[in-house]
Amino acid sequence: MNVAETPFEFFTVSYLTRIGNLSAGTIAELLTGLENCSDASIFHHTFQTLGSHHFLTEGFSNDFAQWVLADANRNDLAEQLAALDIRDYVSIAALRRDLCRVVGDYGTGYPHFAAQSALERFYFCESTEVTVPLGRSAQTLEEFRDGIAHLSHAAFYFHFISSRLRLQLRTNDFSHWLADGLGLPSLADSVNHIDIYTNTLDSSRSKLLRLLDREQRKA
Amino acid sequence: MSEILTLTRIPLDDYAELLGAGEIEELRALAKPLRGRGIEMINSTAVGGGVAEILTRLVPLAEELDLNIKWDVMTGGQDFFDVTKSFHNALHGAPYHASPRDFEIFLAYTKRNCATLPLDSEFVVIHDPQPCGLIDARPSGANHWVWRCHIDLSHPNRTVWDFLEKFVSRYEGAMFSSPEFSRQLAIPQYLFYPAIDPLSEKNRPLDQEFTADVLSRYQIDPHRVILTQISRFDRLKDPVGVIRAYRIVKRYFDCQLVLAGGSASDDPEGAVVLKEVLREAQSDPDIKVLELPAWAPLEVNALQRASTVVIQKSLREGFGLTVSEALWKKKPVVASAVGGIPIQIIHKHTGLLSHSIEGTAYQIRFLLSHPEIAAKLGEQGHQHVKENFLITQKLKRYLTLFLTLARNS
Repeated sequence: MNVAETPFEFFTVSYLTRIGNLSAGTIAELLTGLENCSDASIFHHTFQTLGSHHFLTEGFSNDFAQWVLADANRNDLAEQLAALDIRDYVSIAALRRDLCRVVGDYGTGYPHFAAQSALERFYFCESTEVTVPLGRSAQTLEEFRDGIAHLSHAAFYFHFISSRLRLQLRTNDFSHWLADGLGLPSLADSVNHIDIYTNTLDSSRSKLLRLLDREQRKA
Repeated sequence: MSEILTLTRIPLDDYAELLGAGEIEELRALAKPLRGRGIEMINSTAVGGGVAEILTRLVPLAEELDLNIKWDVMTGGQDFFDVTKSFHNALHGAPYHASPRDFEIFLAYTKRNCATLPLDSEFVVIHDPQPCGLIDARPSGANHWVWRCHIDLSHPNRTVWDFLEKFVSRYEGAMFSSPEFSRQLAIPQYLFYPAIDPLSEKNRPLDQEFTADVLSRYQIDPHRVILTQISRFDRLKDPVGVIRAYRIVKRYFDCQLVLAGGSASDDPEGAVVLKEVLREAQSDPDIKVLELPAWAPLEVNALQRASTVVIQKSLREGFGLTVSEALWKKKPVVASAVGGIPIQIIHKHTGLLSHSIEGTAYQIRFLLSHPEIAAKLGEQGHQHVKENFLITQKLKRYLTLFLTLARNS
C-alpha cells in the first residue's frame, strides 16, 4: 500500500457574499460591470455559483449567462457565456478577459439588443472566503477515500473546484495529491476528467469514490 | 430591563439525518475558533414576527456549537412602538410625515435601553431599525457591531432613512435579504437570506394520515389537482388574481384552488380583502378559502404537501419564504418575479416565474401538462433550499461573518 510522505489535509470553506456597488440593467451595462468589478466578484458569479448551484446540471453555468437568458432574453449570448468553462482558467484575469470579449463582441454586433432594458437588474456581488481545517488527514488511499466520503458539499467544492485557482494549475487538490503524493498519475487524470458541469457535487463525489474503489481493488 | 428568554434545546445532530453528517461537522469546524467568545442578538420582540421566529431556532442551534450566545430584547412603551411601526411602513415607501416628537421618542427609548442592555459581547447583531440606535452604547475596544436589516430599503421615506442612516453608517457592516433591498452605504453590505427550519412544525415530514385528515376537514379532494396559495388576505398577495388565474386553468384541467391564510378577524384590511376574495370565488365549490387560526403550522405544512402546484402570485413581496417552504417539500412553484422570489425561483430550474394573471395560468397549465418537468423543478427546488435557505445555512453565514470580522480586525 502506498503511503504518502505529505498527508492530504481536509479543509472546508464558507463564503460570505458582499453586495457590490455595481449593477446592470442592460447588456451594455453588464460589460461595464465586468470591466470594473473586483476579481472577487468574477469569482463569485462563476466559480462560487457553480458550487452553490451544483444541483443544476442542465443549462446552468454561471450567473452572467443565467441573467442574460432569463432577464435580458438573449439566448445566443447566454449560450456563449455558458460555454465558458472555468476548468480552462487558472486566473480570474484570463476569465474576465474572455467574459468581456464575448459580451463586448455581442454589443458590437447587436448594439440595439445591448441597449435594451432587462426584466430585472443584475447585481454584482463578491465572495469573501473563510477556510478552516476539518482536523482530518489521509496518507493512504483508504484514508483518502474515507475522508472524501464524509465531506460536506462546501469542502468537496473547495478541494475539487475552487482549488484550480489556488493551485494555478488545470487540476484539483485531489488529483494533485493522488499524482504527487501517492504516485498515481493515471488515477489523478481520471479524477480530473469528472465533468463538474454535468454532475452535481454528489454525483461527482460518487464517481470519484468509484474510481478510488477500483484502484483499491487493483492494489 | 431586557426580557429573559428561555429557549428549547434543539439537538444539532437531529439535522444530520436530513443534511448529512459532513454538513454538521463543517458547522462545528467553523464554530471552533469562536467557542467561548460572546455573541449578542438584539431585536425588539420576543414573540411574533419573522425575526423572533428565526432567533427562537437560531440561538439554541448556536448554543449546540458551544457558542456563548445570548438574545436580548429591546423594551419600549406603546409610544415607541407606534413610532417604529410608522418608521417601518415609511421605510417600505408608505407616505409619512415624521414630527420632531417622533424622533425624540425614538432617541429617549434608545438611551434607556443603552443603559439597561448588556451590550458587552464581542459580536453584537442588531436586528431591524427599532434598536439600531443602540450603536450609541458601543464600547471602545475589540468588538464588532453589525446591523441586520430584514426589510426592503429600496424606496425608503427620505426623512426617516436620513435619520436612521446616521446610526447605520457607524456599524461595521449591514446585512440585507437581497441586493435589491440594500442602499448605497459606506460600510460593507452582506447578503443574508432568510431561512426556514426543516424540523419546525411547518416543514417537518408529516404522516400521510395527518395530511389526509386535514384535506378531509376542509373538504379538499386528494384525488384531483390541488392548486394552493398560502398567504394572508392582503391585496399585495393578489388572491383575486390567483382566482382569475385558476379560472383560466380550469378551462383545461379539473382542479381545485386552496387559498389559505391567517384569520382576518383582527385585521380590518384583511377582512375587506377576504370579502373581495369570497365575492370573486362566487361560491365555486372547488375554491376553498381557509381562514386558519393564527400559526396553524401543521395545517399549512399538510396543505403544501398535498398540493399539485403551489402559487405565490404576489404583486410586491419581501423575501416570500412561503416559496422556500413549498420548494423544501419538493413542490413545483409558480410565482411572481417580485422581491426576493427570483432568488428562490431560478426560472425553469427551480420553478417558474410569471408576470401576470395570464402568465401565471399558462405556467400552471404547463406544469400540469408536464408532470415530469414539474417533479424535476420540485426536486431541484428542494436542493436549492437545502444549499441556501435552511436555518443551518443561516447559522453558517453568521459564523462566517464573525470569523471575517475577527480576521479583518
